[in-house]
Amino acid sequence: MAPKVPPQPSLEQSSTATAAGHGLAHAAPPKGILRWLLTTNHKEIGSLYLIFSLIMFFIGGIFALVVRAELYQPGMQLIQPEFFNQMTTMHGLIMVFAAVMPAFTGLANWMIPLQIGAPDMALPRLNNFSFWLLPVAFILLLSTLFMPGGGPNFGWTFYAPLSTTYAPPSTTIFILSLHIAGISSILGAINIIATILNMRAPGMRMMDMPLFVWTWLITSFLLIAVMPVLAGVITMMLMDINFGTSFFDAAGGGDPVLFQHLFWFFGHPEVYIMILPAFGIVSAIIPTFARKPLFGYASMVYATASIAILSFLVWAHHMFVVGLPLAATLFFMYTTMLIAVPTGVKVFNWITTLFRGSISFEPPMLFALAFVVLFTIGGFSGLMLAIAPADFQYHDTYFVVAHFHYVLVPGAVFAIMAGVYYWLPKWTGHYPHERLAQWHFWLSVIGVNLTFFPMHFSGLAGMPRRIPDYALQFADFNLVSSLGAFLFGFSQLLFVAVVILCVRGGRKAPAQAWDYAEDLEWTVPSPAPLHTFETPPTYQRPAH
Amino acid sequence: MSRIEMGNDDQRSAIRRTVWRSVAALVGMFAFAFALVPLYDVFCEVTGINGKVETSAQALVNEEIDDSRYVTVQFITRNGSGLPWRMDVETRQIRVHPGQSAEVNFTFNNQSDGVSWGRAVPSVSPSSATRHLRKVSCFCFDEQRLEAGERLELPLVFQLARDLPEEVNSVTLVYTLYPVETRKAQLQAGAKVLEGDEV
Amino acid sequence: MRTLLVWLAGALSLAGSSQAALASGWNMPVGVTDLSREIYNLHMTIFWICVVIGVIVFAVMFYSLIRYRHAKGAKAANFHENTTVEVIWTAIPLLILVGMAVPATATLKKMYDTSDAELDVMVTGQQWRWHYEYLGEDVAFTSNMSTPRAQIRGDEPFGENYLLEVDQPLVLPINRKVRFLFTADDVIHAWWVPDFAVKQDTIPGFINENWVRINEPGIYRGQCAELCGRDHAFMPIVVHAMEEDDFDTWLAERKEAAAEEALGVEREWQKEELMERGEAVYASICASCHQPDGEGSPPAFPALAGNQRMLEDREWHTNVIIDGVSGTAMPAFRSTLNPVELAAVVTYTRNAWGNDTGSEVQPSTIAQRLGQ
Repeated sequence: MAPKVPPQPSLEQSSTATAAGHGLAHAAPPKGILRWLLTTNHKEIGSLYLIFSLIMFFIGGIFALVVRAELYQPGMQLIQPEFFNQMTTMHGLIMVFAAVMPAFTGLANWMIPLQIGAPDMALPRLNNFSFWLLPVAFILLLSTLFMPGGGPNFGWTFYAPLSTTYAPPSTTIFILSLHIAGISSILGAINIIATILNMRAPGMRMMDMPLFVWTWLITSFLLIAVMPVLAGVITMMLMDINFGTSFFDAAGGGDPVLFQHLFWFFGHPEVYIMILPAFGIVSAIIPTFARKPLFGYASMVYATASIAILSFLVWAHHMFVVGLPLAATLFFMYTTMLIAVPTGVKVFNWITTLFRGSISFEPPMLFALAFVVLFTIGGFSGLMLAIAPADFQYHDTYFVVAHFHYVLVPGAVFAIMAGVYYWLPKWTGHYPHERLAQWHFWLSVIGVNLTFFPMHFSGLAGMPRRIPDYALQFADFNLVSSLGAFLFGFSQLLFVAVVILCVRGGRKAPAQAWDYAEDLEWTVPSPAPLHTFETPPTYQRPAH
Repeated sequence: MSRIEMGNDDQRSAIRRTVWRSVAALVGMFAFAFALVPLYDVFCEVTGINGKVETSAQALVNEEIDDSRYVTVQFITRNGSGLPWRMDVETRQIRVHPGQSAEVNFTFNNQSDGVSWGRAVPSVSPSSATRHLRKVSCFCFDEQRLEAGERLELPLVFQLARDLPEEVNSVTLVYTLYPVETRKAQLQAGAKVLEGDEV
Repeated sequence: MRTLLVWLAGALSLAGSSQAALASGWNMPVGVTDLSREIYNLHMTIFWICVVIGVIVFAVMFYSLIRYRHAKGAKAANFHENTTVEVIWTAIPLLILVGMAVPATATLKKMYDTSDAELDVMVTGQQWRWHYEYLGEDVAFTSNMSTPRAQIRGDEPFGENYLLEVDQPLVLPINRKVRFLFTADDVIHAWWVPDFAVKQDTIPGFINENWVRINEPGIYRGQCAELCGRDHAFMPIVVHAMEEDDFDTWLAERKEAAAEEALGVEREWQKEELMERGEAVYASICASCHQPDGEGSPPAFPALAGNQRMLEDREWHTNVIIDGVSGTAMPAFRSTLNPVELAAVVTYTRNAWGNDTGSEVQPSTIAQRLGQ
């Protein structure tokens, strides 16, 4: 399954090497491109994931800017509706499957072994394989844009029969690429579970694990539970398109609504797959910069687990207008509202952690604080959307677009950036450039709110989502959104600049890069050597 | 699965166990996705989601007719694309008492000069009525075959159960006529069927 | 940090003031039905609850951020657990949620009660138009967007109701309970009029219900709310709500017109008449896919100009229009167009854009083919 790898140093040799003495015991890795193609090192694979997701973040971002440019004013100026639909679809698919998910997997690869005191991931070669599936999947997916009939144009939710009977010929390629990306996430999840459950430092119990590790463990279970369902549903699509079955075709006795049930059975847990690790990152950063232990560690773990379990019971809140019976609508409304409880617990815990702390505002903290505020705003609109009668008005409008962008951009994406700023000293040995990072933060915060806040209004005023052109009363909101989107998009170039500068140099960081940070990763040198914890550390429970 | 390079033997076998359990869960979930298809049908029939109805005949239940109220039953016929048939119902609506059985005739007319297969897909609204509708006989249980120009009259025999919720005083039955794919119909008929008008 | 606080307060007050700014279209419309008003009130209630919670939570947060700054020499406390607080902030939200769920449940029950309707309208979504049928009244028509493509392209200035105007609006009476039956011919669409708070998916092969009782006469506009392909943005809904008497008159006129049109089937039509009528039908029904110049946009929508199979085989050509083609966007027009319109559009497409077959089809031939 895994590609051929160069001879590995034997266990006996490497287990004697200390973290600092890695250079002596290990054979020199292959040079150039081969080194990256064949690497089985969790840090290198983590970097590959992060670089890949950053590139995809920009590609998905360019698609979003094409969309926003067309929506800058009423009328069709730049592109055709067919291409507009391809852009919205590709933007969604790339951001979900190629930017946010791989970024979290990258952070997991880098940090989980460091945080639990493991020398590497449990299955290093599988790790290499699951990464390299990703470029294959997304080169395939992007290539559909150049095929006759164009790429997928049915939205990232690809509802049948628009995505089956009425889909462009490239849909089969789309399905193939999603299968490959799905296999990649599944393998990644198995690897993470195997690592966390079996490779913790002696003395580290489950309830000692940093929350980033906890949230990723729960996320991995979610991935294992729902990625196969996604695989199942796209396999059914493939069969409907190519082999004459009719799972989703009323003409053959199938049911288009079944597609939506299956999709959202995957799709809702998927939403949490994109946010739970973010909770973990924020729960690491806030105590560090408040110089105070995280409030309610145990309740954080239980809240995360409850959110994950509830995520299997709320899927049809995406489907309130498909004609569910009253009883089903009520059930899904109540379960969805319930999710506000554990989510609220998390927010309260973070804020109580800040209370009577000693707070400083380094770039990771800025992003984490913006996360708390803006994610909570997204949570409020989520609660409003849960109210089924009102959802009949909100459903499929820009209000929904505003909601999920608030939880995904200043939510998931800000948390990823917070994590990157937080761990860059560990990765590179240098602190990120403070002033540039501040600029990046403030421009991002302004950009993100200019882009998405007006969408609440345009949605409430009646603008449906996924339309390339709109009535005149929505013009002002869209103009502001488009300007904000370009501001946000271009300010991300600053992020790239900060990262590159940080890799090249900057203020030197010690092993303990942030004063109060107390997880195991801060016990290894900065930059972290290629091989760490080959002799397992003994876990010391914090004194408090 | 790739060889595990590090850790002691205990750890290695523990990892292997975790991996195999995960794989088993994976396979299970993949199978579960497909199992959801029939489960969904059952679920729909039980709860009446989406106006899905029993696709096979049910027995008439001998129960007292509720003379105290009438329910209007509407019949709507629709044509999906690709089938040169005309479908008519003898009456647009009838009024029945809950518990009473009724028969309504539908006519199908193949207006082309070739044989073809069709299927009427049923849907019922409101969904709360679905569970209380018993179809004793329906053309929608089977695919129909019509020769060129053939006209066929088929009955729908149904009964609204006595326990139909109070607030339901009108039930709509919609039948959408779809072509049965030529290839499939050929297999079933064991005969050569004229080529469909595919574009 | 203070900037963030100021900004946030600004944003919240902006959201709050939206109630006052109703007319300017910043908020959900109150609408013109009892239910839409109820939904609006529910929406505002939940919104204000969220605002209050938000203000409290963010106040504590920003107070902490300002008060306990490291730069000001704040010393961190060391507490990290308190079961009582945790129970309280689990229980209080739960109670608030129950408080929200009660009115929501009541409203939802009303929305689901479609019984005792006085008028049934069947709404069928098609790529990319709406078809309305007044059940039992023999009145049915198709409603297309009437905004000229030139406006969309920017060749003409925008009209007042840009993208929200149709050739034939749905006409409904006020003060009567109207039940909608929703379905679709091809993909899933969603019929949405914000002023009625009615949004329902139209699903091919399946039927959905919803209802409305309009309180005020007027013109209400909405749009398709479910992505349905290329012209998803261009299938608006316009409802003309009339006083009951006016509606009855209108319905009678429509019935009469339909009867008159049916008489037209009997007589022999001149080719010019058919061409003229056909051009109108083509423009409103066919042109959105097959393009005004008949060039189509292959592969999804084949060209009609110079289409060999179509020109050689009139029978086949007619059949495709009447019966549609399964698995494509070509619907069956057997019941959505009448024999005159069908004959006209067949004749038109056989003779327009250099398709000079010279052949024509009479409405009577079509009627016969339809078995009428």
